[in-house]
Amino acid sequence: MTINEAATPALAAQIQAGLLAFLEAKTKQVVAPGQDIFGTGLATSMFALELVVHLEGTYGIEIAGPDLRLEHFRTVEKMTALTLRLKAEAESTDSA
Amino acid sequence: MTTDQQFHRIAVLGAGVMGSGITTLALGSGVSVDLVDVDTRTLDRARSGIRTQLRHAQLLGALPGDRPQGELTTSVSMSGLAHADAVIEAITEDAGLKAKVLGEVSELVRPGTPVISNTSGIPIDELAGAVRRPEDLLGTHFMNPTYLISMVEVIRGPRTGDAVLAATQALLTTLRRKAVVVRDAPGFVTSRLLHPMINDAARIVAEGTATVEDVDTLMQGCLGHPTGPLRTADLIGIDNLVDALDALYERTGEKRNSPCELLREKVRAGELGRKSGRGFYDYGEGIS
Ligand SMILES: NC(=O)c1ccc[n+]([C@@H]2O[C@H](COP(=O)([O-])OP(=O)(O)OC[C@H]3O[C@@H](n4cnc5c(N)ncnc54)[C@H](O)[C@@H]3O)[C@@H](O)[C@H]2O)c1
Repeated sequence: MTINEAATPALAAQIQAGLLAFLEAKTKQVVAPGQDIFGTGLATSMFALELVVHLEGTYGIEIAGPDLRLEHFRTVEKMTALTLRLKAEAESTDSA
Repeated sequence: MTTDQQFHRIAVLGAGVMGSGITTLALGSGVSVDLVDVDTRTLDRARSGIRTQLRHAQLLGALPGDRPQGELTTSVSMSGLAHADAVIEAITEDAGLKAKVLGEVSELVRPGTPVISNTSGIPIDELAGAVRRPEDLLGTHFMNPTYLISMVEVIRGPRTGDAVLAATQALLTTLRRKAVVVRDAPGFVTSRLLHPMINDAARIVAEGTATVEDVDTLMQGCLGHPTGPLRTADLIGIDNLVDALDALYERTGEKRNSPCELLREKVRAGELGRKSGRGFYDYGEGIS
């Protein structure tokens, strides 16, 4: 097991908590990790891009191409998974 | 010009809210754009805004996957207009300024090139008096955010020719927009209906009948308005809204179109809506 893999659950929890706090500050409502934030009318399509920019700025990732799809931002869980994947990809190319 | 005409490069005049949005739409549809404004700072801001809007459009699945994006060039001069397949004017809503600029445009473009004004409500025939070939002039009324709203109001002035009307409809097809053609009148259809409604919404708030949020929530929940009139005001830009209402009032004499004091106050305070970070709502914090 690499250090990265061992760190993943902790990092995932951290990203998830950060996103929930960000969304709750913005919407002034309690958000669940699996809640469809667009389907429930909590977030608008205009807000979606703010989420992209927030994740990019906070985690030093770039979300582009096929990853730049609303589907990946629908729930906190999906955003966490995308962030983890892009962070891992960025780190593996950094060390390569 | 024929309707199967290809649009490779258009010129957009004015790099504000609408010029930027129209440019995003064109680039995303594979059409190159020469974007013109009066100062380079505005153009630099527009360039970065357009980059963000293209990402937003992609995020929401609003870009076609079948073509490469167009190329953007920016300029403070209109010298590139001779090579444009169409010109879309989206400068400040000021009839005198538009007449002057459209007159200059008509001297620079090839005959038969659609010269299109994106005015909110200044009659096209009024502007036609200032151009060399009135038959080449018509109006399109794109809505903000242009790259997300698929419908466009097209205004045919009494002197607009069939050829440019057909060419403009072909351009809109390239841009993946649907068009409804209407006749010329102050405010056409959409501003004639929307602008006084927003003006009344602001009056309702000023009179203390309901809060900003409650007016929007009622219009959304009871009448199916997608965003509510005051959130729409913020999206339009309250300075532009006041200019458009002034233009409408001047031409209709209807008191309902005279911008109310609350709207004017917001302009004086620099609370222009989304574009300045605050209008009826605050965009620095909270969800937008
Ligand atoms: N904002 C909307 O939602 C909306 C919707 C439909 C139509 N419109 C109309 O579109 C037009 C543009 O509106 P906007 O909201 O983008 O305004 P804006 O104030 O955001 O932008 C206008 C831009 O035009 C530029 N400009 C002024 N004079 C110029 C000149 N001589 N040459 C080149 N550029 C010049 C300004 O520097 C500014 O950047 C107006 O006619 C408006 O009524 C606006």
